[in-house]
Formats: sequence, structure tokens, C-alpha cells
Amino acid sequence: MTTATLNPPAAAGVDYAITTRDLKLWYAKFQALLGITCNIKKGQITSLIGPSGCGKTTLLRCFNRVNERYGYVTTTGEIKLLGKNIYDPDVSLIELRKSIGMVFQRPNPLPISVYENVVFGLRIHDEQGLKKSDYDDAVEKALTEVGLWNDLKDRLQMKATGLQLEQQQKLCIARLLPLKPEIILMDEPCSALDVGGTRAIEELMFALKGRYTIVIVTHNMAQARRASDECIFMLMGELIEHTLTTEMFVTPKNQKTAEYIEGRYG
Amino acid sequence: MFTETPFIRKKKRNEVIAKCFFGFMAAAMVIPLFLIVGYIVVQGAPAISWEFLTENPRSGGAKGGIWAAIVGTFYIVFFSLAFSAPIGVLAAVYLNEYATENWFTRIVNLAVVNLAGVPSIVHGLFGVGAFVYFANFNDGKKSIIAAALTLAVMTLPVIIASTKEALSAVPRQFREACWNVGATRWQVIWKIVLPNSISGILTGVILQVSRTAGETAPVMLTGVATYKLLDSTGLFLYHPIKDQCMALSMHLYYIATQANNVPKATPFAIATVLIGVVLIVNAAAIAFRVYLRSRKKW
Ligand SMILES: Nc1ncnc2c1ncn2[C@@H]1O[C@H](COP(=O)(O)OP(=O)(O)O)[C@@H](O)[C@H]1O
Ligand SMILES: [Mg+2]
Repeated sequence: MTTATLNPPAAAGVDYAITTRDLKLWYAKFQALLGITCNIKKGQITSLIGPSGCGKTTLLRCFNRVNERYGYVTTTGEIKLLGKNIYDPDVSLIELRKSIGMVFQRPNPLPISVYENVVFGLRIHDEQGLKKSDYDDAVEKALTEVGLWNDLKDRLQMKATGLQLEQQQKLCIARLLPLKPEIILMDEPCSALDVGGTRAIEELMFALKGRYTIVIVTHNMAQARRASDECIFMLMGELIEHTLTTEMFVTPKNQKTAEYIEGRYG
Repeated sequence: MFTETPFIRKKKRNEVIAKCFFGFMAAAMVIPLFLIVGYIVVQGAPAISWEFLTENPRSGGAKGGIWAAIVGTFYIVFFSLAFSAPIGVLAAVYLNEYATENWFTRIVNLAVVNLAGVPSIVHGLFGVGAFVYFANFNDGKKSIIAAALTLAVMTLPVIIASTKEALSAVPRQFREACWNVGATRWQVIWKIVLPNSISGILTGVILQVSRTAGETAPVMLTGVATYKLLDSTGLFLYHPIKDQCMALSMHLYYIATQANNVPKATPFAIATVLIGVVLIVNAAAIAFRVYLRSRKKW
């Protein structure tokens, strides 16, 4: 097994949104990531698959350094987002998290109105004193982009926690957009949704693709296959295989990958 | 198919027994409450009049009213909570939202738990040393401020504990949602955590109102006198630093055990007023809570 073919190195002339070198992470004494090296292409949808507990969520949360909120986490190795090492001393966590959006498994709208949810990020980062009309525009734009505007334009003041799950999840995506993130990380964004909701989110991902780099963790093989350009398979904290999605599902190179996508474990 | 077996019937019977048993226990809690309050109010109500509420005590408390004691109780509750509520809430916010687990926070948490269990008379003795003599607000004499601070020290750990409880009831996912758009801790606290926990925080504080109003031992040692009028006209209020005051709890103790020729209804009337004062303060706090909730932001 040559890692070179299973995990292609960065190629010249390709734009990468996220690159990691030998990334290791410990929760106290437990090592959850055993040296992840990967190159995620800009403007594409990359899916992250692997059995429960293999470290997908952990890896995703490294990219916005939110793991560090737990005092007992140690990280080594290098992570570059858009060419910038995010552990450089001049990196502001606030700016970093502002440009990396994250969507969670369970939709987590804030317990405030739909309107305030969408502008939450804008408000907390507002330096130049945006006007009410700026906020109104941002809300219309973001909600239109996720396809909620027509449903919700008359109910902007209702509490976001009262929406249907699918709408909540779309709202959580809409909430990221006014901050103009470069990268959107999604951690099993559809696992709380029904078929219709899942399709809606996938369509939304396609619509956002290109302008945003999307990394999506999913348990659903079919979804990875439908929705992503490239696919990363992880197992026990290691990156096993990273190829084009079409290749991974047709000709997986690693035996373990083959077994996983055939559903022999998971 | 689908019929009841003896085994199922037995389970259902146990279910009924358990329900009755627990229901009885709940009722057993409520009955004494109504009996006590009812008994006191029925006994005391006839003695309560406008004069009783607004006049100063005469003849060693046997005649006259309890105006000074009512005012004194309000003073003590107000000043004590003015210290303990903000400090307690801010400390709890620090412990719950900012502090990471280390030796310092472990010591603070340990102190909170243990202080909450210290008997009130011990707090009283501490108050004498710390606030009457050491801080020496009033030339080594008791003072309202010393009593209020003593009670503040007593209620502080409980307020910290209840506030922490209320804060940690705010789901973690709300905080994560905020961190992930780059909110600072303070922004998360101000915009999301406090608005969603303010009810619980205030409930914790409100519970301490009745405790503060009812304590006798610690305030007796630090700032409450058996007989201290506002002034002869009863109009000018106490000076919080230079004066001692009367208090309903202490007055009740005094009237019930030390004074002579007291009409039988008077202690009950004082107890009724004490309950009423607590209810009024609580009602005000609850109204404040409702007001906060009704405003959009909170
Ligand atoms: N906050 C945490 N503290 C300690 N261990 C954790 C924490 N989060 C995850 N882990 C452990 O790290 C491993 C990887 O978890 P995770 O990244 O959530 O896996 P996945 O998302 O692939 O299911 C698991 O073994 C899990 O038990
Ligand atoms: Mg996960």
C-alpha cells in the first residue's frame, strides 16, 4: 500500500482551501487523530466518511480551532487554511471562526427570532455601525440563498427554535452567509432530517459550491456519493484513503475502504 | 392475543400503589404548609390594623405597632441582597463561563459548597469579628451594614450555586453556535446565556429574600436591636451605617419569649406581617422577572 496513491500529495497549480500536515490531537491522554495529512480543494465539496468514533468530528473541529475550548485538548502538526497557518501567532481566533462556518448535526438555531439569528454574526462583528437597512438586506439575501425567504419573509420575528427541523438547519446555514465565510464545515447536517429535508440541504450545497469550500461529514454512503466531489475515508483516527468520490465508490484502493463502503462495518 | 396476563396485572397494581404512595408524600408536604400559614394568619389577623403596621412599639412591645421592625427588615433585606446578588451572580458567571478547571476554581467551588452548609449562628459570630469590630463601621457598635454584610456572606454561596445551576442549564449547543461565528465569551454571555437563564438566576436570588428576612441569630449579633425607633416621629429612616435597627424576626423572638403582658395575638400578627413582607418582596422580584422576559432582548 503506497500512501501516495491513497492520499495524493498537494499538486502544483491546484488551489487548496485546507491542508494539514501530520495533524495529531489528544483528548487528555486519548489520541483521537494519529497524524492526518490531507489537501482539500478549494470550491469543492469534500465528504468525510468513516465509522462512528473515527475522528471525523474532531478533525472538522480542528479547522476552526474550536476543540481548544476544551481545556484538555492538545494538538500538534500543521493546519493551513487558504495558505495561512492557523497556529501562527498573529491569527485571531475570532477572525478565523468568522471565516469558517460550521453546521451541526442537530440544527442549533439560537433561541431568538429568525431575523436576529441571521444577523447574529453581523451584529457581533459590526465595527462600522451598519444601518437597519443593511441588516434587512443581509437577511433577505441570506434567506433567499438558502431558499427560506418565501416561506419566512412574513415570519421573521418568530422564534427560530419553533421552525421545522429542515428550516432550522437551512437557517443555520443562512446564519453563516452574511459573514462571507470561505469555508463551510458540515457535521452530519442531514442526520436529523427526513428525505425531503436531506434533498433540500444537498441542493443547497450544490448551489453554494464554487463560491464556498464545503467539507461535509456524513454517515450516509449514498449522500457522500451523490453530493461530493472528493471523498476522504477515515478509520480509528487515521486517513485511509482520499480520492475522487467517483473513484472511491467504484474502485476503492484500500481493502478497509472497500469493506466499509460495502457496509461490512460502520 | 394481547390479553392481560397475571404478571401484567401485578405490574399494574404495583403501578397504582406507587402512584398513590408518591402522591401521598407530595400531599404530606403541602398540608403542613397550609396548616402552618393558615394557623398563623387566622390567629394573627385580628390584631393587624393600620395602627399596628404604622406605629412604633410602646410599653416594651406590649402595645403599639411594629413599624420600625418592618422598615428594619426591608433595610436588611435590601442592603444584604445589594451585596450578595451582584457579587454572587458575577462570581457564578466567572466560574461557569470563563474559568477552566484548575486548582483555583476547585478551591472556590469547594468553598462555595462548604460555606453554604455553615450554620447561621456561626456566620453571626464571624460577622461580629469581621464587620462589627474589624471593619468597624460604627465605632465597634452593631450596625445595619454589618448585619446586612453578614447575611450577604451567608447567602452568597447559595446564590452562586443556584446561579451556576441556571447558567449550566443553557444548552451547550447555543454556546457552540455563537463560538462558531466568532463571538467572544462576553458576547455569548450577554446575548444568549444571560437572557436564557435570567429566570432561573432570579428565582435563586428570590429564595434568599425569605432567608434574609427570617434570620434572627446572625443579625441579633451584628446589627439588630430589640428596641430602636426610627425617631420619635417615626418618619425619618434609619442610617444604614450609624444605626442599628429593629427587625421583624428579632421582634417576634423578643415579643414571644421576653416581653411581658403581650396580647396573645401579637406574635402571630408579627409572623403574619413577616410572611407578608417576604411575599411582597418576592412578588416584586417576580414582577421584575416578568418585565425582563417581556422585553424582546431578555
Ligand atoms: N470532547 C471529547 N472528550 C474526550 N473524548 C472525545 C471528545 N470528543 C470525541 N472524543 C473521542 O474521540 C474519538 C473521535 O470522536 P469523534 O471525532 O466525535 O468521532 P466521529 O465524529 O467520527 O464519530 C472518539 O473515540 C470519541 O470518544
Ligand atoms: Mg461525529
